[in-house]
Amino acid sequence: MLAMEYRGPKRVRAVQKPMPEIKHPQDAIVRVLRACICGSDLHLYNGNIPDTRVGSTFGHEFVGEIVDIGSEVTNVKVGDRVIVPFNIACGECHFCKQEMFGNCQESNSESGAVGGIYGYSHTAGGFNGGQAEYARVPYANVGPVIIPADMDLDDAVMLTDVIPTGYQGAEMAGIQKGDTVVVFGAGPIGIVAARCAWLFGAGRVIIIDKQEYRLDFARNYAYCEAYNFEEIGDPVMFIKKITDFMGADCVIDAVGAEAEGNTLQTITGRKLLLQAGSATALHWAINAVKKGGVVSIVGVYGPTDNLIPIGNAMNKGLTIRGNQTSVKRLLPRLIEHVQNGVLDPKGLITHRMPLEEVADGYRMFSNKLDNCIKTVLMPPTANQ
Amino acid sequence: MKDTAINTPIDPKTINGWGIDADPKNDPTYPMRKRMNAEEDPNSKSRPNNLQPVNEEVLKSVERQHVSAVFGTPELPAGLSGMIRRQAYKYPENQYKRWLPLVLADRVDMVEGLVSDLSHGKLPNIWAEKGYDMEWKHNRTAFVTKMATIGAVTAGLIVWLSSGKKKKKSKTKAKDYLSRF
Repeated sequence: MLAMEYRGPKRVRAVQKPMPEIKHPQDAIVRVLRACICGSDLHLYNGNIPDTRVGSTFGHEFVGEIVDIGSEVTNVKVGDRVIVPFNIACGECHFCKQEMFGNCQESNSESGAVGGIYGYSHTAGGFNGGQAEYARVPYANVGPVIIPADMDLDDAVMLTDVIPTGYQGAEMAGIQKGDTVVVFGAGPIGIVAARCAWLFGAGRVIIIDKQEYRLDFARNYAYCEAYNFEEIGDPVMFIKKITDFMGADCVIDAVGAEAEGNTLQTITGRKLLLQAGSATALHWAINAVKKGGVVSIVGVYGPTDNLIPIGNAMNKGLTIRGNQTSVKRLLPRLIEHVQNGVLDPKGLITHRMPLEEVADGYRMFSNKLDNCIKTVLMPPTANQ
Repeated sequence: MKDTAINTPIDPKTINGWGIDADPKNDPTYPMRKRMNAEEDPNSKSRPNNLQPVNEEVLKSVERQHVSAVFGTPELPAGLSGMIRRQAYKYPENQYKRWLPLVLADRVDMVEGLVSDLSHGKLPNIWAEKGYDMEWKHNRTAFVTKMATIGAVTAGLIVWLSSGKKKKKSKTKAKDYLSRF
C-alpha cells in the first residue's frame, strides 16, 4: 500500500509499505478515505518530538471504511464508514471510565504521560498513522464512530481532531457569558477555538497571529477580532490596554511548540531544542490573562521542559487547564452541531492533494505557502 | 493601530449558536466530568481481557507497570540509534537522561536511514522529499535568496577552512625549511 514515510526533519515521502495487520482481537483495518495534515504533525515533521523514528507513517486525522475486523469487534462491521478519533482508547481503564479518552492507560507502553495517538512517534505508542491507504485501528469497539449517512466525508474528517480540539480548547477555558476570550494562534485549531468560544457565550473573541491571510480567514470564519502581533507591538500590553488593564478573562494557547515572536524562545526551543519547543504563546497567555483567569492549552509541546513565567501564574491565581482532546466524548455533541449548521468543518479546507504529493503538502502547510489553512490528503484507494 | 478599523466588534447574540453550550458549572476540574479516585473505582486496575502478544521488542517506560494491551509495532529499535533508545528507556520520564538521548537517537536514525537508502541502491530525492517544488511555485524569490545565502555561506566556509589548511601547510613547510639551517 502507499503510505507517507518520515525520513528525518523536514523530509518525508510517499512509499509502498506492507499492509497493516490485525494484531489484537479488537483491531480493525480501515481503508482511508480522507486524511489531513495537522499543525501538530509539524512538530514531528520538524523533529521536535523525541523518538520519532525514520520510516514512521504520520497522520492522526483520518476517516475510512472498515475492511477487516478482529474476532472481538462488535460495534462496527466491514463496510462501515467511520470517524477515527485521533486518540487510541481501551474504554475500560480508570481514565477511559472518566471519559478521559485522550489519557488511556492501555494504549501506550512508551510513556506514562500520554495515551496512544495514531502516527505520532513512539512517545505516543509507536502506531502508524492514517496518511496511507490503509491503517490499523486498535480498540475498534471504542474509538470509531459511524459517519451519519447525511454527513460529507470532508466534514467527518475534520471531526477526528481539529473541530473537537478547538472546541475543547474553548471548553477548558471555562468561558462564562460575556467573557473576553483571547486565542493565540490562527491556525486551524485556533480558528475553531475562536468560533467555539461563542458557543460558550463569549462576549468578545480576539485572535492573535502574524499571518495576515490567516487573520483574514479567522475574521470571516470565526466572526472574531484578529490582530497581527508584528503590528500591535507587545501583544500582552495590547491586550491589557483593550481590557482596561485587567487582562482577558480566558486565554487559549492554540500554538504550541512552533511559536514565533520571541527570539530567545525561538533559538532555545526550536533551533537548539533545549526546550520542548518555543513557549512564546504560553508565556504571552499567562501574562495576558487577568488575575484569577483561565489559561487553556491545546497547543502541543514536547515532553521536556519549557521556560514559562510560572511565578506570575501563581501570583495571579490562575487556573491552567490542558489535555489531549477527548474526541470520543465530544463527538455526539459536535456531530449535532454540524448537522444543525452551527459549525462548518469543511469550510476550513483550503487544499486537497493526492497522497503521492505528501511532501509538498507538508512543505506548504509548514511554511504557510499559498494561503494554506488545512490540507486534505486523498489516498489513491479513496475513490475505489 | 492598523487593524483596529477592520475589526468591528460584533453583537455576539447574532452569531449562530451563541451561548448554546454555556455552562455556569464549568469548574476547574473540567473536562473530568465523571471524576473519581481509585477508591471509588472498584476496578481501577482492570485491564482489557486480551493483550496483544509481545513478539517484537517494545521499549516500555519505567513509569509503567506493564506493556500496554495494544501497542505499535513499526520501526523497531535497531542499529546505533536503537542502542541509544534502549539506554534512554532505562530512565524515568522526568529526567533529561530519558529525553535528550532520544533526540540524539532520532538524528542518528536519520543518518542511518540515509545510509540504508544508499546501501539499497536508492538515491533519496532530497528536493522532492523536502517539498521544494512548493517553495519554487509559491515562494520563489525568498526561496532562491535563502538557498543562495546558504550556498554562499557554505562556499565561504569551505574556502576559509581550506585556506586555513593551506596556511598551516605552508607554515609547516616554512618551518621545515628553516629547521634545516
